[in-house]
Amino acid sequence: MTLTMFTLNAFYGLALAMNMFIIASGLNLIFGVLRVINFAHGMFYMFGAYITFTVAKSWGAPFFVGVLAAAVALGLIAFAIERLLLRHLYDKEHLMQLLFTFALVLLMSDAAKMIWGTDQYSVGYPPGLGGAISLGFVAIPQYQLFLCAVGPLIAIAMWLLVDRTRWGRVVRAATQDREMLAALGVNVPMVYAAVFTIGSALAGVGGALAAPRIALVPGMDATIINECFIIVIIGGLGNLWGSFLGALAFGLVVQFGTVLAPDWQDVLPYLLMLVVLLIRPWGLLGRPETN
Amino acid sequence: MPQRRHLVASAIVVLLLALLPLAGSRYAVDLTTEVLIYALFALSLNVIIGFTGNISFGHAAYFAIGGYACTILLTTYNWPLAASLPAAVVLAGLVAAVVGYFCVRLTQIYFAMLTLAFAMLVWGVAFKWKAVTGGDDGFTGIKLPAMLAHHVGYFYFTLAVVAVGVAALWVICHSAFGLTLVAIRENAVRAGFIGVDTRRMRWAAFTVAGTFGGLAGALFGMYHRGMYIENAYWTESANVLIMVLLGGIYSFVGPIFGAAALHLLQTFTNQYTPYWPTVLGLILLVIVLALPDGLIGLAARVKARRGRT
Repeated sequence: MTLTMFTLNAFYGLALAMNMFIIASGLNLIFGVLRVINFAHGMFYMFGAYITFTVAKSWGAPFFVGVLAAAVALGLIAFAIERLLLRHLYDKEHLMQLLFTFALVLLMSDAAKMIWGTDQYSVGYPPGLGGAISLGFVAIPQYQLFLCAVGPLIAIAMWLLVDRTRWGRVVRAATQDREMLAALGVNVPMVYAAVFTIGSALAGVGGALAAPRIALVPGMDATIINECFIIVIIGGLGNLWGSFLGALAFGLVVQFGTVLAPDWQDVLPYLLMLVVLLIRPWGLLGRPETN
Repeated sequence: MPQRRHLVASAIVVLLLALLPLAGSRYAVDLTTEVLIYALFALSLNVIIGFTGNISFGHAAYFAIGGYACTILLTTYNWPLAASLPAAVVLAGLVAAVVGYFCVRLTQIYFAMLTLAFAMLVWGVAFKWKAVTGGDDGFTGIKLPAMLAHHVGYFYFTLAVVAVGVAALWVICHSAFGLTLVAIRENAVRAGFIGVDTRRMRWAAFTVAGTFGGLAGALFGMYHRGMYIENAYWTESANVLIMVLLGGIYSFVGPIFGAAALHLLQTFTNQYTPYWPTVLGLILLVIVLALPDGLIGLAARVKARRGRT
C-alpha cells in the first residue's frame, strides 16, 4: 500500500469512525442512563437519513436544514415514544424493553416503506464540501474531513454537557439512584425523557450526515444497529470516551480490512468485537460488572 | 419424574399428530412439519434463556451448522442418513461447547453480544466457504433416502425425531442439572455459595442448547432440501428468540406454543398482506405491555380466574 493510498484510507476510516461515533454515542447515552438497549436506534438513524433526503433533495432546502430537520423530527418521535410507551417499561425486565424496541423496529420499517417506498435514494454532497483538498501527495475529500471535525466536536460537547453542567450532574445521579434523586425534588421522568430525546436526535443527525456518503435503501438500519452495538461494547457500555475509541477502532479496522481483505468485510466488525471481548470482557474503558 | 397425566397428554398429542396425514392435505402436513422443527429449535434455545437466565443472540449458528453439516454429508460425501444426522448433531454440539467456553465467562448483554459475534463468524464462514457451502447461492440438491423423499414419510420422521428430542430435553431440564440451572437463573451468587460451579453448569447448558439446535437445523435442511446463509444470519436468531419469548420462558412447553403461534401466524399473514412486520410489531407490543409472561402465562391467568368464579 502506497503512502497515498494509506493516507486516503486512513481519512476514509476516520470519517466512517466519526460518523459511527455520532450514532453510537446516542445509543450509549441512552443505555448509560436508562439502562435500555434500544434496538430502534438504527431505525432512528435510517429515518434521519430519509428525512434529510426529503427536505434537502425533494424540497430543495439546504443540506444543513435537512440535518436540523432530521434532529428535530427524531427528537420529537423519541419524546413521544418515551412519554407514551417506554416509560411504562422501566420497572420491567430488560427482556421486555428489548422486545419493545424490537417492535418499534418492525413498525417503523413498514412505516418507512409506506412513506418512502422501496427505491434507492441518494443525497449529494452539500455545496462547498463536495471537492477535495490537496495535500501534495494525496487529495482528501472535503466531506470526509468535515466528518473528522464534527465527530470530536460532538464528543466534546457531550462530555461538557454530562460532566460539566448541573443538568449533567442530575443525569449522572439518575444512573446511581433514581429514588434518592426524586426525593431531592428532581423530576426524574423528565430527565429520562430528555436523555432518550437527545440520544435519539443524535441517531437522526448521524443518519443525516451519513446520507451523502451512502445509498439510502430499506434495511440500511439493520447493519448499523449491530455495528453501533459493537462500538459501544468494544468501548465499554455507558462510557462516552470508550465509544469514541470503539468507533475509531471500528472505522479503521473496517476501512483497512475492506482494502486488504475485501471478502471478509461483513465479518470484520464481529471479529474485532470478539477479540476485544476475549481480552477485555468489559470493553476497552469499561469496568467489570458488579452485582 | 413426569406425572402420569403429562405422559398421557404427550402421548395423545403425538398420536393426534400422527393421524394428521390421513386428512390428506399436503399443505397441513408440510406446515406441521415446519412447526415441529421450529418447536424443537425454540425449546433448545430456552435451555439457555429460561433455565440459566442468559439471552443468546446467536442461536442460529448451531441451527445452521446442524443443517449444513447434515445436508453436506448426505449429498457431497454420500454418507447414509444414519451417520450424517448424528455427525451433524455432534458437530453442532462441539462448536457450541467451544463457543460456550468463551461466552459463559460473561453474563447479560456482554454474553448476548459475544454469542452474536460468534454466530456472525459462522455466517461469514457459510458465506465465504463457497466450495463447500455454496456461499450465497445456498447449498441445494440434497439427496434424501427414498423413504424420506415423500412429504408424509418426512413428516413421520420429523415427528419421531422431534418427539425424542423434546423428551430428552424434558428429562434434562427436570433433572438435578436442570434444577441447578434454575437456581443459577434465580440467583447466581447464592447458587455459587452452595457449591455450584455456575460457569461450568452454564457451559453445559449452552452445549446442550447448541446440540439440540443442531438437530433442529438438520431436520430443517433436509426438509427444505437445502441450506441458505440466511439460516445463519442474526435475523434467524432473533426469530427464534421471539418464538421463545412469545411462548413464555418460565415453562418447559411455552416455546413450543410460541413457535407454533409465530410460524402459523406468519404463514397466514403473508397470504393476505405484505405487512407481516407490522403485525409482528403489534403482537410484540401486546406482549410487553399486557402479557409479560407469554401465552403460557396468559393461559395460567385465565385458568386461575375461572377457578375463582
